[in-house]
Amino acid sequence: MSTTHAPASAFFRYVLWVIGAIIAWALIVSQARAQTIASNAVAMGFDDARHLLGRTSFAAQPSEIAAYAKLSRAAAVDELLAQTKRVASFPAPAWASRYERVFRQDMTQEERQAAQRREQVERGLELRAWWTAEMLSTPTPFTEKMTLFWHNHFATAQQKVRVASLMYRQNAMLRQYALGNFGAMLREVSKDPAMLIYLDGAQNRKGMPNENFAREVMELFTLGEGSYSERDIKEVARAFSGWSIDLDAGEFRFRRAQHDDGEKIIFGQRGKFNGDDVVTLLLRQQKTAEFIVGKLWIEFVSPEINRDEVGRIAKVFRDSGYEIKPTLRALLLSDAFWAANHRAVLVKSPVELVVGSLRQFRFEVEDPAPFAVIMRQLGQDLFGPPNVKGWPGGETWLNTTTLLARKSFLNRLFRVDEMGAPEIQGASAALIDRDMMGERRQRAQARLATAGMADGSDMAGRGKLGATMRFGVNNAMKGQYHFDAASWFAQYPNRADADSLWKTLLAGPPVQVTELKYDLAGVRAIALDPMYQLK
Amino acid sequence: MKRRDFLSALGATVSTFALPPAFSQPQSPSNAAYKKLLVLIELKGANDGLNTLVPYADPAYAALRPTVQIKRDQVLALTDRFGLHPALEPLMPLWKAGEMAALMGLGYPQPNLSHFRSIEIWDTASKSNEYLSEGWLARTFAAVAPPRSFLADGVAVGTGDLGPLANATRALSIASTDAFLRQAKLADPHGRAYNRALQHILRLEGDAQFASTQLKPKTDWKTDFPGHNLGQQIKTAMQVVSASDGVAAVRVSIGSFDTHSGQLGTQQNLLKQLAESVVAIKQASEELGRWRDTLALTYCEFGRRAKENASGGTDHGTANVQFAFGGTVKGGLKGEYQSLVNLTGDGNFVHTADYRSVYATVLRDWWNLPTATVESVLGGKYGSMAFV
Repeated sequence: MSTTHAPASAFFRYVLWVIGAIIAWALIVSQARAQTIASNAVAMGFDDARHLLGRTSFAAQPSEIAAYAKLSRAAAVDELLAQTKRVASFPAPAWASRYERVFRQDMTQEERQAAQRREQVERGLELRAWWTAEMLSTPTPFTEKMTLFWHNHFATAQQKVRVASLMYRQNAMLRQYALGNFGAMLREVSKDPAMLIYLDGAQNRKGMPNENFAREVMELFTLGEGSYSERDIKEVARAFSGWSIDLDAGEFRFRRAQHDDGEKIIFGQRGKFNGDDVVTLLLRQQKTAEFIVGKLWIEFVSPEINRDEVGRIAKVFRDSGYEIKPTLRALLLSDAFWAANHRAVLVKSPVELVVGSLRQFRFEVEDPAPFAVIMRQLGQDLFGPPNVKGWPGGETWLNTTTLLARKSFLNRLFRVDEMGAPEIQGASAALIDRDMMGERRQRAQARLATAGMADGSDMAGRGKLGATMRFGVNNAMKGQYHFDAASWFAQYPNRADADSLWKTLLAGPPVQVTELKYDLAGVRAIALDPMYQLK
Repeated sequence: MKRRDFLSALGATVSTFALPPAFSQPQSPSNAAYKKLLVLIELKGANDGLNTLVPYADPAYAALRPTVQIKRDQVLALTDRFGLHPALEPLMPLWKAGEMAALMGLGYPQPNLSHFRSIEIWDTASKSNEYLSEGWLARTFAAVAPPRSFLADGVAVGTGDLGPLANATRALSIASTDAFLRQAKLADPHGRAYNRALQHILRLEGDAQFASTQLKPKTDWKTDFPGHNLGQQIKTAMQVVSASDGVAAVRVSIGSFDTHSGQLGTQQNLLKQLAESVVAIKQASEELGRWRDTLALTYCEFGRRAKENASGGTDHGTANVQFAFGGTVKGGLKGEYQSLVNLTGDGNFVHTADYRSVYATVLRDWWNLPTATVESVLGGKYGSMAFV
């Protein structure tokens, strides 16, 4: 009997063990699920909401922060992503969407110079003013931040492209894909007229290669430095040969006769590759997702990259077929994004500082152009990154020159009493900064004017400003900037709570301000605190 | 959350107090030789050396550059083999006075042809496969600090990067002395920096405050500084230098020399500005009685491809020529021009001298730094190019 029982009891013990294990597993899983649901469903609170919006928008109002504070982190991120748009809402200048050929062979030297001035000075400034206006007024700052992120990634400068409408078109294209598909965006970029001019792609012909785009598409747009050989560059240049522009239409044009359709060896693969094939090859490389996610990490999380986490999120990026939204969702819901030691560690870009301050304090801006010029003085010229690598950003935004210029700008924003501006009426103040927006603006415009004709030359102070340009300056100077202090402070009915002011305005506790006051001087002191430079 | 809690939540383990530089600087031996000034001129985007110091007598030159070529009758002949680009005509008096040296064939092994990586290599004096975060001047000043009385160890003119001064303890960037003095009143270095970014900001506030107390710009210049950007940068640099004790090094820059297309006009224009600006350095230094204590050096990330491309330009290349100017510079052609016929497989020149030998010359022969320091800063032994 015992011999027959033994296997039976062993069997039962086995069955019991299996059942026990299943129950235990189910318990663990359900508890973990419950925990996840609980932590996801809980309202994240003011500090978390401020952190999320501080990183993904241009400074948030107390009411916006309060609304997001009621959501869970996941719900808040989903809400942010759901609100993004694919087109700008601020009306573009009339010339922007109506391409016409700017430079023609039969032009005289004078006509050429006039066209140059129109494109780079007048339209260049209008273009910068338009994007500034869009950023100031958009209901979805995250869209503009991502558009700016891609402008910095696929850096293209009007100084070389010259034709303003092509810069506008590229900007619209980047916004179209800013939170869409990276692969599709990369394909568009490789055929984008402004990019074809900027990186000399239009000059890249069979037997007479120009390697500029070939190198940068790998080094800066996809793989990162060191993941390809000099041989790959030469072969990629051959593959993109004949990708050109029709200057009459302002469109991409494939010139078959200039295309080298011979066999190439790229990343060790052999084939009669063309430019489209190269994009496909680049998207197949694992490095591409890691490189892009690494840049997103530095933009949104921390200056120090966590390789494991970037690898994990890069997999989300690849698995989704390079969809940007799920990737950003994974990034913004990573533990690292919310970690206490990653808060208030990123330096605001000039755009974030200027646009953020104007939005934060609800300045009424009649003419955004002077602010585009100020951003340029602070080191971020929209449509004019310093080179194809874009703005290096991070701590390099701040050196003694730019830090002092930032503080000077912020100081003047709230120094209504000392400006002696006659327009001051009640709590509302006119803030024409004669120093920053007058003389220096004119000089900045002169620099804009000459930047393309003689890169680096500066006609400032030599009285060569054309009549048109002076007219433009005077016209723009009519703009006034109003800070309605009474209505702004009305957001803070409970003045006894000294912390709520800095908690809205700063990413962390002030470093220098000790006394928090609900008046103009108090706000100015907070804006001049080193913490105001961080996000 | 209370402020206190927020602080501890931030994991405030760093408790650095930012103090004005005069108090916070570590002790290291000062060196009076830093009174001799170094002016670095970066030719951003990489200047084409082949059309700057033209080997006009070499038949290979015309073959490499059938159209992007300086015609023989336009070259300003220095010797029977080499001559200057005609836009450098304002420099001829310096050449004739023996105050100008051409440093030929500069490069480094396993050249990197990316602008960004290669200028990083030059700025940090690193090997091709070595990544350093401090500029070569930053490392120099960390080893042997300039006198504290200097308003800064080094000044980068403009708003851009600090280049060879990157991560230096006392490096300043100044776009214009007037604006700097006006705005420096807002600088305030006090407070507790509990993360790296705040530390960076408070250090800048301290540097700015200290420098503004030292800076007293000269207003009665007789020198006519050119109106273009580089000329105005030189003016700012010389304003800084004219301050009581000055600085050890200033960096200015001009660009863009990245002439992938339409090179002839662009380079002509930029070299003219360069030449006018060097003349302004000489005049202003003489006005300050410091020309014999001034060394100006050009540099850039690489030269350009031997053969011109099909767009009337040149692509990224390797070996290149740079120039040194100064009242005590040993003028002439230094080193050996790279061969125009023995090219690498990808059509590039082979360098004849390591760029770090230029830095070694500055450190050892200009600033009299001990050999051990020079070798540790440059990460190896490099000979001098005998231009000072």
